[in-house]
Amino acid sequence: MFIINCPYCGGRDQSEFSAGGEAHIERPKQPTELSDDQWAEFLFMRKNVKGVQFERWNHAHGCRKWFNVVRDTTNDKIHAVYKMGEKPPIE
Amino acid sequence: MPNYRIKKTDHIDQTHRISFKFDEKTYFGFKGDTLASALLANGIHLVGRSFKYHRPRGIMTCGSEEPNAICQINGNTDLTEPNVRATEIELYEGLEASSQNCWPNVNFDIGGINNFISAFIPAGFYYKTFMWPKSFWKNIYEPLIRLSAGLGKSPTHPDPDIYDHKYVHCDVLVIGGGISGIIAAKIAAKNNLDTILIDDKNTLGGSTIFQNNESFKINDENSKDWLLNEIKELKKLKNLNIKTRTSVAAYHSYNYLLAKENLTDHLTKIKRLGIRQRLWKIRANKVIIATGAIERPLVFNNNDRPGIILANSVNKYLNFYGVTCGKNNFIFTNNDSAYETALSLFEKGISTKIIDIRKKTNSKIVKQAEKLGINIYWNSTVTNTFGYRKINSIEIMSLSDDGSNVIGEKTKVSCDCLAISGGWTPMVHMHTQSGGKLNFRETDQVFLPEETNSDHISVGSSNGDFELDEIIKNTNEKIKGLFNLEETEFEKTNVNCSKELDKKNIWLLPNKITLGKTKSFVDFQNDSTAKDIKLALREGFRSIEHVKRYTTTGMATDQGKLSNMHALGIIAETAGAKMGTLGTTTFRPPFTPLTFGAIVGRNVGDFFDITRRTPIHDWHLKNKAEFENVGQWKRAWYYPKDKENMHQAVQRESKAARDSAGILDASTLGKIDIQGSDASEFLNRVYTNAWSKLAIGKCRYGLMLNEDGMVYDDGVTTRLGENHFLMTTTTGGAANVLSKLEDYLQTEWPELDVFLTSVTDHYSTASICGPNSRKILIKLFPEINFNDDTFPHMSFKNSTLDDVNCRIMRISFTGELSYEINIEAKYGKSLWEKCIEAGKEFNITPYGTETMHLLRAEKGFIIVGQDTDGTMTPIDLQMDWIVSKKKYDFIGKRSLYRSDTIREDRKQLVGLLTEDPKEVLEEGAQIVSNLNNKPPEMLGHVTSSYFSPNLKKSIALAVLKNGKKMKGKKLIIPMENKNINVTVSDFIFLDKENKRLNA
Ligand SMILES: [Zn+2]
Repeated sequence: MFIINCPYCGGRDQSEFSAGGEAHIERPKQPTELSDDQWAEFLFMRKNVKGVQFERWNHAHGCRKWFNVVRDTTNDKIHAVYKMGEKPPIE
Repeated sequence: MPNYRIKKTDHIDQTHRISFKFDEKTYFGFKGDTLASALLANGIHLVGRSFKYHRPRGIMTCGSEEPNAICQINGNTDLTEPNVRATEIELYEGLEASSQNCWPNVNFDIGGINNFISAFIPAGFYYKTFMWPKSFWKNIYEPLIRLSAGLGKSPTHPDPDIYDHKYVHCDVLVIGGGISGIIAAKIAAKNNLDTILIDDKNTLGGSTIFQNNESFKINDENSKDWLLNEIKELKKLKNLNIKTRTSVAAYHSYNYLLAKENLTDHLTKIKRLGIRQRLWKIRANKVIIATGAIERPLVFNNNDRPGIILANSVNKYLNFYGVTCGKNNFIFTNNDSAYETALSLFEKGISTKIIDIRKKTNSKIVKQAEKLGINIYWNSTVTNTFGYRKINSIEIMSLSDDGSNVIGEKTKVSCDCLAISGGWTPMVHMHTQSGGKLNFRETDQVFLPEETNSDHISVGSSNGDFELDEIIKNTNEKIKGLFNLEETEFEKTNVNCSKELDKKNIWLLPNKITLGKTKSFVDFQNDSTAKDIKLALREGFRSIEHVKRYTTTGMATDQGKLSNMHALGIIAETAGAKMGTLGTTTFRPPFTPLTFGAIVGRNVGDFFDITRRTPIHDWHLKNKAEFENVGQWKRAWYYPKDKENMHQAVQRESKAARDSAGILDASTLGKIDIQGSDASEFLNRVYTNAWSKLAIGKCRYGLMLNEDGMVYDDGVTTRLGENHFLMTTTTGGAANVLSKLEDYLQTEWPELDVFLTSVTDHYSTASICGPNSRKILIKLFPEINFNDDTFPHMSFKNSTLDDVNCRIMRISFTGELSYEINIEAKYGKSLWEKCIEAGKEFNITPYGTETMHLLRAEKGFIIVGQDTDGTMTPIDLQMDWIVSKKKYDFIGKRSLYRSDTIREDRKQLVGLLTEDPKEVLEEGAQIVSNLNNKPPEMLGHVTSSYFSPNLKKSIALAVLKNGKKMKGKKLIIPMENKNINVTVSDFIFLDKENKRLNA
């Protein structure tokens, strides 16, 4: 059980949050113009990184805000937390 | 009865006698005893039978690592508990304990025959033997295994005790109250850090507290006396919370730890008030691991007899509990620490001799023993032991030069206690549970914590410091480093101690007898021997994780605390590999077993899960409703009258709703209030149909998809104002829908001016349907014109009932003329009662969810989650009419023409009619067309099925491959005892023309 530093509320127990999968996958603006393969790429393909991963979290039992987290999946260490729409603070 | 109690100690109160029962015989002990020390004082060593061979076993240790002395306590009561270690139970008046794994009793055990056929029970025996034929499993193998396997008996009644959970935050958590933990806690607390010190025993002090030897001095005091004074000082500190009888079970990431505190287990029954155990959920800034080390046994032939005990435990029983384990003792060791035991025994005038596998060594403590004239067999090993219920003699032989063999003549000597010591294993469990790695130290063959994490450190013998001076010096230095301190009070502590000069280790001691004929136990609790491990290697197993599972070494309730290192050592020696490269097995929580009670805490019975009740719940109760769980909601299921069963009640309710009037509590439907200037655009994007042109005061049904095009939720949304909508969702989907909408709003379309608020609990809803529903509404709201022209289907009006605002929607989930009245939740019950009152003259009939499901099935309305399962598109549901062709985009639109979703032979929603109209299909039943193929092709399954009282026949909804083109086809539903013939039909069974809806 790790602690997530919600950018709106501060540090809270993991149990208050729900995970939302890989970050920075933007929904295509013009889906109708995409081929099946291009749409499938958006819809299904995820990296599932072993190591540092960029992912979305929702403070579900708190402020209900979505935000991004940079987490190492091997040891759960959180390297950064940043708001939706912001650039990742680390590469 | 022989007495092994030798003298008064600080710990044992000889004025306070306690009686207890073991295997139904009454014995006496003293306050301060554990069950194990009290049994040993009574000369009882044999306390159980081993798991596989049913060999007699005795107490072997004095702590949580105990593999043999496993008891059932409070037998045949609600409080019965299996697998309790006798070394950990504090004695109390009235304690009743019994041996496990033996039938009929510990002295004569029928399973002991396994010991004589053990040649036929090698490693992997269970895997190899109980395989075929399959028919043997149920009647032969399983009962046989169940009879002879398993540890203890489960209670048959609910646990009457109370358990508790508590959260705590601290600056520093120190695990282990031995000498290094005490130093760490004192420094931390004195530096104004909020500190918790946890120890699983009832007193602090670790093993220094019973160190009784002049070769170990701290500041010119005996180490024990120095430590007792430190403990006294420690207890005065303000910032320090000391928790004894508390064991850390798990160490999770971010310094989150679970610890179980025993509050009443040591008390006599009548004093056990309140909470039995408390599970502490600790979040610490820094964790200091001071969990110490566990003494290793030695692996030699017949090393498991009662009376063979770890040397340091013998010392603790002697100096701490005042009990000698034997009167004619042999110490068998490969290191210096066991000499402390020999000297303690000797000092008390108890016969003691030493067998040391080393050639000779000249450390201070060894010289001390030699000076006193204690007989030492150098360069020797024990090759066999004798005695059935207790050891009575041993065989000693000399070791060859390289230690790989035994030489010369064997000497047989009598003894009644063999104290063994194979060195020490640091308890690195906590370190590895936290994610830490280990390094191997060759000199004494130990795995040590590799420190990379600044959140925790290991100190003392858990860090591999075994010499007293190093423990104090290194602990002090590491704590200084952790807290950035200049100096501490322990800076100039002067330690004078004996230091070990020579080390030697042989994982499997040699013998003249071939290995196959010896019983050299590695895992005492699971009965695996050195032979088993070597067999596993011969059969090709290499990974320690595989050998562990194949031989079950380290898989008992002690998780191999005593056995893992030897297993690893024997594998390394046999395979010619370096131990450090083999790695260890994974140390998983809990460190010692937790009770289920501690895990669940107060979340039992009524508190097991949250229950949501509608404001009308009490009325349903009073009117004898049966309830159905829908998520956390309790929903009225049906209302049986007189002696009606469910079927009869539902038939009556369904008929009444169509013949006159029915009323349903629809308060559980999810409700989301949507406001903002982009609200209609937002709905356009989340629903498949168009919303921009919906007039204020009108309602519309919407279907929501996932991005993959599959139906996710549905419901009616009402336009309350230009920029104000009220969305309803399914009861079960409410929370997920809100979360999904928030996700899109915040992450994909942040430019939209829309605000979402869950108002499910704010409103209560009564839904009235049936041909007489309008008449009832007119009675309730006389000022409203309910004519079709002014209040048509799918529209809404505001009104008041006794000056309380209401929203009335004319919408229908049954296909009848139907109105839903929403009112502020606190008036829900009052509204309901007024509806019932007004409906009396029309025989208004309350109906539950079952009737609701039946009515909508007659009309062919789907239920998301029942008729759909995450693989159905709106096209599959034959709901093409609701999918806008004009809209450029909505969630899931693009997926509706992927190559897979446009396939014409997908499973599609259809109706099914049975050949025999009285035959009701089972929901979930498979549909086939041809039974000659084996196996027959499954074409789909029944999703909803009822006997319709209004149509007087059985109806069903189903999803069927290529269903749209199958209308009129005859198919088969194969059941266990018969095949049911069905015909594919339209899925709207009643009033396709919507005459009733618009009546
Ligand atoms: Zn928040």
